[in-house]
Amino acid sequence: MNDFVLIRKNLFRKKLRAVLMIVSILIAFAIFGVLAAFERAFNSGETVAEDDRLVVVNKINFTQPMPVAYFNRVRAIEGVRLATYANWFGGYFQDPKNFLIAFAVEPETYLQVVDSDYVITPEMREAFLRERTGVLVGDAVAKKWGWKVGDRVPIGSSIFSQKNGSRSWDMTIVGIFGKRKPQADTNRMFFHYDYLNETRSFGNDKIGWLVLQTTSPDVNDRVAKAIDRSFANSSYETATDTEKAFNKAFVAQLGNIALIVQLVVGAAFVTILLIVGNTMVMAVRERTREIGVLKTLGFSGGRVLRLILGETVLLAFIGGVPGIALAALAIINLRQSLTNFVPGLTLEPSILAIALILMIGLGVATGLAPAIHAFRLKIADAMGRG
Amino acid sequence: MSMSDILVALLHVSKGFVKGRETIDIFERLDLTIPTKDFVAVMGPSGSGKTTLLNLLGGIDRPDGGEIHIAGTRIDTLSEGDLARWRAANIGFVFQFYNLMPMLTAAQNVELPLLLTNLHSAERRKHVETALKIVNLADRAKHYPREMSGGQQQRVAIARAIVSDPKLLLCDEPTGDLDRHSADEILGMLSILNRELGKTIVMVTHDPAAARYARRILHLDKGHFVEKELAA
Repeated sequence: MNDFVLIRKNLFRKKLRAVLMIVSILIAFAIFGVLAAFERAFNSGETVAEDDRLVVVNKINFTQPMPVAYFNRVRAIEGVRLATYANWFGGYFQDPKNFLIAFAVEPETYLQVVDSDYVITPEMREAFLRERTGVLVGDAVAKKWGWKVGDRVPIGSSIFSQKNGSRSWDMTIVGIFGKRKPQADTNRMFFHYDYLNETRSFGNDKIGWLVLQTTSPDVNDRVAKAIDRSFANSSYETATDTEKAFNKAFVAQLGNIALIVQLVVGAAFVTILLIVGNTMVMAVRERTREIGVLKTLGFSGGRVLRLILGETVLLAFIGGVPGIALAALAIINLRQSLTNFVPGLTLEPSILAIALILMIGLGVATGLAPAIHAFRLKIADAMGRG
Repeated sequence: MSMSDILVALLHVSKGFVKGRETIDIFERLDLTIPTKDFVAVMGPSGSGKTTLLNLLGGIDRPDGGEIHIAGTRIDTLSEGDLARWRAANIGFVFQFYNLMPMLTAAQNVELPLLLTNLHSAERRKHVETALKIVNLADRAKHYPREMSGGQQQRVAIARAIVSDPKLLLCDEPTGDLDRHSADEILGMLSILNRELGKTIVMVTHDPAAARYARRILHLDKGHFVEKELAA
């Protein structure tokens, strides 16, 4: 026997009580794991964003178009090193339910701008620039649909139609790209803006947004103001912001995810803190005489304190570790079905580290009051002697 | 009797309790010496200070004045931590209600005091086996307290008290919760521990039949000892 056996035996002396506490902790950590993974996935755009990238959208909101002519005017503004543009396609494969994240882009400049995010080989780049109906597909999309280079695939649009009435565009896969940054999302595809623009029945010569790189993050503010000033009082006024702020604003449309996570997890943890804390106080009070016996045998106050804290920390781990495992399992199952809506859904190591810290914190917080009570308890009082 | 023969020495020990506005003096300048290998039964009316005496001898309580020397250590000046360590090494306790840990087996209960030593697991197991053999419970090592009779539980408690080979055994009404047969069994065991293994025992009891197992009986009356008789 050792102290761990003593801790374990104490914890499970009332099995039903222990199991109920473990289940409540398990549920709390499962909720934490899933919500934290969603929060990270929603905010991954913020982390993947480069400091020197700006996004220009229609001032009304980013779903409204802008003239493609803005591209050349923005490129001419001082402090702009590189600019490109893109248009949301509202793509799908075979059935509108099979949603695809597809962008019609200006091929040459777009690849330059996203070069730090994705691995695009010179051969892919060359094939993409050469082939007007060519499409570059992220490896996540290719894997999902079993596509390979050379395949000719019909990509439908839930927004646009062709002049001939068709809602489908035939595209040739000229490359499958991977990610350069862990947070980058490869669940997307890029094809030629010109291919869309020349064939669509409406919205010609309009784009969704411009992405540009400045000469330095220090000039971001000045460049943004200059761009918005140059289109002020036009039919298509612009709003320019950093890519980070743009991504953040995009996610904010879904609500303040971080706040929701904090509130839900906070409420769950406070409830569990009260339940487990109260139960431990009662459990230790029931054991007052036994604590007196331990001290009589020579166990110091510090050692008794450690035994009780060990019990609550062990409880937190026995509930918390399977809770996080359950969350991981749920994330694996959700990842596939939500890949289009919440790309990059994963239980990152940093979430696991936070969970471990929370387990220790929960264990200490719930055990501290009864442990201090036991530490201070006088033998004579505990044994009813004197 | 030389100084080296004395295991317990209380010198002018005073102890009182505050109850409301009153201070009740239990002992005033109490003196007591107990030689090594003695078996002393302490009797007396309720409130005479029997349990307080055991608490003082076991370092569970501190005197208001005077000195307590046990096995060459003055214990009334030790810190709480030192007192706990001293208690683990020198004192074995046997309580009226056994006070075994219900979730531990007999062997694990006996092993508890050894967790405070530097003994390895195998050595601890050996000590536990020996202690359980002494109290004739080797075959009950894996039984839980709920699976044993009161007499058997008290024998486990005695095994726990002697497993770390303490110099002094303090027994507080060890047969108070037992029938006559089990009580005689326990008292016989304490007697063997005293006579054959040389353990010094101080036993508080209300039972004159139990007291007769001791070498001498001390009566506590109004904070003073009256030596009544010597056991055969």
